[in-house]
Amino acid sequence: MIQLDHLNKTFTTKDGDVDALKDICLTVNDGDIYGIIGMSGAGKSTLVRCINMLESPTSGAVLVDGVDMTKLSPAELREKRRNITMIFQSFNLLMQRTCLKNICFPLELAGRPKAEAEKKAKELLELVGLPDKANVYPAQLSGGQQQRIAIARALATNPQVLLCDEATSALDPKTTHAILELIRDIHDKMGLTVIIITHQMNVVEEICNRVAILDHGSVVEEGNVTDVFSQPKSDAAKRLVYPDGFQDAEFPKTMHKIRVVYNGAYATSKPLIAQMAEEEGILASILFASTRSIGKKAYGTMILGIDDDKETVDRAIAYIRKTKDIEVEEVE
Amino acid sequence: MDIFSAESLHETWEILSTEFLQATWETLYATVLSTFFAILIGLPLGVLLVVGEKKGIAPLPKGLMSFLNILINLLRSVPFLILMIVVMPLTRLIMGTVVGTAPSIIPLVIASFPFVSRLVESSLREVNPNVIEAAQSMGATPFQIITKVLIPESVPSLISNFTIAITTILGYTAMSGVIGGGGLGKIAINYGYYRYKYLIMICAVILLIVMVQVFQSIGTHLAVKLDKRLKNQ
Repeated sequence: MIQLDHLNKTFTTKDGDVDALKDICLTVNDGDIYGIIGMSGAGKSTLVRCINMLESPTSGAVLVDGVDMTKLSPAELREKRRNITMIFQSFNLLMQRTCLKNICFPLELAGRPKAEAEKKAKELLELVGLPDKANVYPAQLSGGQQQRIAIARALATNPQVLLCDEATSALDPKTTHAILELIRDIHDKMGLTVIIITHQMNVVEEICNRVAILDHGSVVEEGNVTDVFSQPKSDAAKRLVYPDGFQDAEFPKTMHKIRVVYNGAYATSKPLIAQMAEEEGILASILFASTRSIGKKAYGTMILGIDDDKETVDRAIAYIRKTKDIEVEEVE
Repeated sequence: MDIFSAESLHETWEILSTEFLQATWETLYATVLSTFFAILIGLPLGVLLVVGEKKGIAPLPKGLMSFLNILINLLRSVPFLILMIVVMPLTRLIMGTVVGTAPSIIPLVIASFPFVSRLVESSLREVNPNVIEAAQSMGATPFQIITKVLIPESVPSLISNFTIAITTILGYTAMSGVIGGGGLGKIAINYGYYRYKYLIMICAVILLIVMVQVFQSIGTHLAVKLDKRLKNQ
C-alpha cells in the first residue's frame, strides 16, 4: 500500500517559489491500477517522482508498506527503488547496449551474477513479446518496441510497484492500446500495483480502476474511475470528460448524455448508432464526436444525447456495451 | 641554393634514410604516450567537472569545483612553448634531464590534460539526463552511473574528442622540437630553420600531415563503428 500524507513540494526559482504539489493525500491499495490524470503543468510528474524520491518532497510523508521513503538513507533508498520501478515517456533505454543488456542493467546494478541476469532477461523478452530482439540495439526498434523493452527492464528486479510516467504519450493510439494491454496483462500475472501518470483520458478509462485528478498541484477529485468520470464535479474533471469544443449548455437539460469511448473497437465497419435505432428503436443524436480510425479500428470519444426516459438510456448503454473495446457511461 | 638541386636531393635522401625513421618513431611515441597520460588524468577530471556540479549526481563542495575550473582555465591559457619552459624544473626532477623525447612528455601531458578534461566534460554532457534519471530510479549509485551510464553512453563522442586531442598533441610534439624535444619537429627546426634545408623541412611536415590523417581516419572510423545509435548496422 502506498500512502501520500499531506505531501507538499515547492520549487524555488528565480521568479519566486512555485508550489508544484499542495497538500496531496492519496492512498493506493495493493493491486490497484491507479491513474493520476491532469493537464500538463498540473504536477503529475513531480508527484510520481516523489513516490520513488527522485524528487524529495518539501514536507509530508510517502509511506510504502508503512515505510516512510522520505526518511531512508541513500543506500536504503536504492534498495527500495528495486521494488518500485519506473517507465518513462521517452523510454530512456541505454542506446549503446543491446536490448538484452538493457534488461540485465538493473540486475547488474544489484550485483547479481551475469548468467542469472541473462536468464531472467530472456524470460522477460518472452513476456513482452520480443524474444527475437535480444541482440538488437534500441535505435533499431520502434517506439512501442522500445517501451516494451523498458517494461521488461522495469520488471527485472521483480518489483511490487510499477510507476508509469506518461508511458504512452509518445505512442500512436494503436501502440498505446497494445502497451496498455501488456501492462494490464503483467498486472494480472504478477500482482503488481501500477501507478499511471497521464494526460490522456482514454488511458485511465482503459485500464485504471481508480483515478485521481490533479489540477494546479492539488487533487481535485479521487475515487473509482466509473464514479469520477460519470459524475465529474470539478472543473478539471469536466474539462477531461467533455472534450474541447463540447458546449454542454447548448443542449436541453432533460436530455440524457452518454459518453462513448472507442479504444480500438471494430466500429468503422458497423453503423453502431443506426443499428441501435433499428434493433432497439432507440434514437440517439450525436452531440459531439472526435474519433479517428486507424487500420479498421476506431479511437476517440463521442457524446450521444437521448431525449427519453432512464430505462431507455440504460438499454442504450447495455446495447453499446456489447461491442468489444468500447467504454460507455452516462454523464451528467 | 635551389631546393631541388641534385646536391639538395642527395643530402635530403641521406638524412631521410638515416634519421627519419627514428624521428618518426619518436614523434609517434611521444604523441601516443602523452595522449595516454593526458586521458588518464583528463578523463577522471572531466567526470568530476560533470558529476560534481551543483545539480550533478555527486555534488562536490563549491570551492573545490571553482578551484578545478580555474586551474584548468589557467593551464589552458598558457602558450605551450612558455609552459614547456616553466615546467622545466619539474621535468628535470622527474626525468633527470630536459633534453630528448621522453622528457618532452612531461610538458606535453601538463599542457594537454586540461584540454582533454574539457573535451571529456563536453562528451559527458551530451548524455541524455533522462537516462541518468532512469538509472537512479533503478537504484544505481553515483559510481555505477559514471561507469555504466555516463562513460559507456558517450563512447562514440569520447573517441571523436580523443582523436581531436591526439592530433593536437601531435602538433605540440612538433613544437617541442624547438627547445629540446625529439622527433620530426626537431628535424624540421634543426635542418629547415637553422640550416636552410627546406626540402628536409617539407618532408618532415608531409610526414606530420600523414600522421594526422591516419589518426583522424582511425578515430572517425572507430567512433562511427562503435555508435549503436546509428541504424542499419
